[in-house]
Amino acid sequence: MAEMIPPKERVKREQIPMPEQEPKERIYNFKEVPLGYTREQAIYEAQRCLQCKNPKCVPGCPAEINIPQFIKKIVEEDFAGAYLEILKTDDLPAMTGRVCPQEEQCQQVCILEKQGKPIAIGRLERFVADWARENNIHGKLPKVSKKEQKVAIIGSGPAGLTCAADLAKLGYEVTIFEALHQPGGVLVYGIPEFRLPKSIVKYEIKEIEKLGVEVVTNFVVGTTKSVDKLTQEFDAIFLANGAGAPRFMNIPGENLNDVYSANEFLTRSNLMKAYAFPEYDTPIKIGKRAATIGAGNVAMDSARTALRLGAEKSYIVYRRSRKEVPARAEEVHHAEEEGIIFNFLTLPIKVLGDDKGNVIGMECLKMELGEPDDSGRRRPIPIPGSNFVIEVDMVIDAIGTSANPIVARSATGVEINQWGYFIIDDNTKVTTKEGIFAGGDIVRGSATVISAVGDGKVAARAIKEFLSSDKSLRKRF
Amino acid sequence: KGERIPLTVADFDREKGLIRIVFQIVGKTSEELSTLEEGDELYSFIGPLGKKTEIENYGKVITVGGGTGIACIHPITRALKEAGNEVISIIGARNKELIIMEEEIKKASSKLIVTTDDGSYGRKGFVTQVLKELLDKDKSIKKAWTIGPAIMMKVTCETTKPYPVETIVSLNSIMVDGTGMCGSCRVTIGGETKFVCTDGPEFDGQLVDWVEFMNRLSRYKDSEKKSWDLYHEHTHLCSCGRGIN
Repeated sequence: MAEMIPPKERVKREQIPMPEQEPKERIYNFKEVPLGYTREQAIYEAQRCLQCKNPKCVPGCPAEINIPQFIKKIVEEDFAGAYLEILKTDDLPAMTGRVCPQEEQCQQVCILEKQGKPIAIGRLERFVADWARENNIHGKLPKVSKKEQKVAIIGSGPAGLTCAADLAKLGYEVTIFEALHQPGGVLVYGIPEFRLPKSIVKYEIKEIEKLGVEVVTNFVVGTTKSVDKLTQEFDAIFLANGAGAPRFMNIPGENLNDVYSANEFLTRSNLMKAYAFPEYDTPIKIGKRAATIGAGNVAMDSARTALRLGAEKSYIVYRRSRKEVPARAEEVHHAEEEGIIFNFLTLPIKVLGDDKGNVIGMECLKMELGEPDDSGRRRPIPIPGSNFVIEVDMVIDAIGTSANPIVARSATGVEINQWGYFIIDDNTKVTTKEGIFAGGDIVRGSATVISAVGDGKVAARAIKEFLSSDKSLRKRF
Repeated sequence: KGERIPLTVADFDREKGLIRIVFQIVGKTSEELSTLEEGDELYSFIGPLGKKTEIENYGKVITVGGGTGIACIHPITRALKEAGNEVISIIGARNKELIIMEEEIKKASSKLIVTTDDGSYGRKGFVTQVLKELLDKDKSIKKAWTIGPAIMMKVTCETTKPYPVETIVSLNSIMVDGTGMCGSCRVTIGGETKFVCTDGPEFDGQLVDWVEFMNRLSRYKDSEKKSWDLYHEHTHLCSCGRGIN
């Protein structure tokens, strides 16, 4: 068993860097880039934790993981214990350990952050989850009395999965309805294999199913069955269908053949495995020079995928400057290492094509930054007459997504705002209709996996409260 | 390892819980689908998708189906007639063998005219020739629906353009998810971008940007051929090995 080391020593130690695949190698494969801590590295890193009496990291985690506790178990080399500790509140640790922006969550409030040496909480969480999977350690099935009440969850992304797991552990009968043929939402169709291996997603969803959650795929709520119909069959409903509708810039030439939405590009590559065409049937087209518009995580994923699919040059085109880039610092760093070329302060105004409808270039304007806008970021202003052409033969729009109206259309009495997102009570996630709750991107717009996980947890608690309240208080169910 | 492909529900029986799908072998997936036998299962089936056809009692209407589009026009024809319309159907194909569901369409409509390009059955020529004659003769025709290959729908819309007959087309874009999350199927309708899978598949044919639509349909021609060729190579080898044809 490893020893706790004196606090003085702990503060001196540097954070253990993450071992990674070499950039030169990894641009030719879809294998995961960060390789994960070894056992020794994990223990060494875990020993740095000060084990605060009033830890700031715990409230910094939307999944409410007892971070010092699981880290302590790593030091004690009780990895199974660490895993079970995490599972108390987070059922997707291999995923949250990988894709959470920890630098803005738990690690940002770590007391060691002030010295620039926060504990690598995400990497430790990932280590524990991976170790448990490899050593066949499973969560304990909860011993609760099964409840008669049934809950329907619409969407199997991170919000839906988390809510489902929490409710199942409380004894409710939970059914998840998923439109695609595989559950996971953005975890399977959006985030690429090199950031989140799909076998891991599958594994963690299987673990959740073991809790008694039923997952029904190929079921489009809104067309296969309406929300209104489901209210007759279930005692409560959680709407977690995400914000999956792609946005386009609405500039001329955007419907040319080689212009993809990031959603289409990534769905083809990740969910349909078009990167392995023709072994897999779904095709994908890759230009020699690919331009991705936008600078969020989805844009980084798209640009890096294009590179791996054979693009010789892969550009990021962003209308603001480096400072405003919304993607995680780690992803931007990885993208740069791999040779992604960044074009800042650049606004596409027209996609140029040949007579067959193929892309041959993109006309852009140079931008300058003005006063801060509503989002607090400096507003980009086009410089008149600065037009220039980037020679590209494929374009990926990664400028964001919005609400898909199919679910909302079939839910009478559930009100949406002007952007199509459900209106909810922030504390309880209840919509304008009693018994129907909503969370994740379909409430907040495209955000992070961990905020969706957090919403799922809050909603599960609210649903429990609702279902155990006096029946006479309920009006519509 | 399969891909997702869109197919139209050509007929259904709510009591028995059955639907009918008609498809033509045009590439790898459809050919593979044709090898399935009774009792085999599909890995994944999703639907219904898209918006409903707007069915009203318009009076006298025409439905035009070409190739496998004949199967797709069938439920629309039937619903129009059930709503009290007088429905004239025109169905056409390259030759006699490719005329499908003739009996069903006949039953579903008030009057049926069949054409073949080579004259091997029914009237020789294209559906549009018959359509033009009808429109010239009968000014009381209110509305038309047409489903078939892109080029046929385009020519049909050109045929009806001079007449005050609204023409609805059912577009067959390249689709991936079919639920509005990717925009692979996007088309320009009257200058606006629409998604065929959720805003359609039916649109006013006169507003469709046909050049763009047909360009986008040919996006993966090379990959499609590669995939089919490989499948043939592979199945040929397998059949030899197993001694079956």
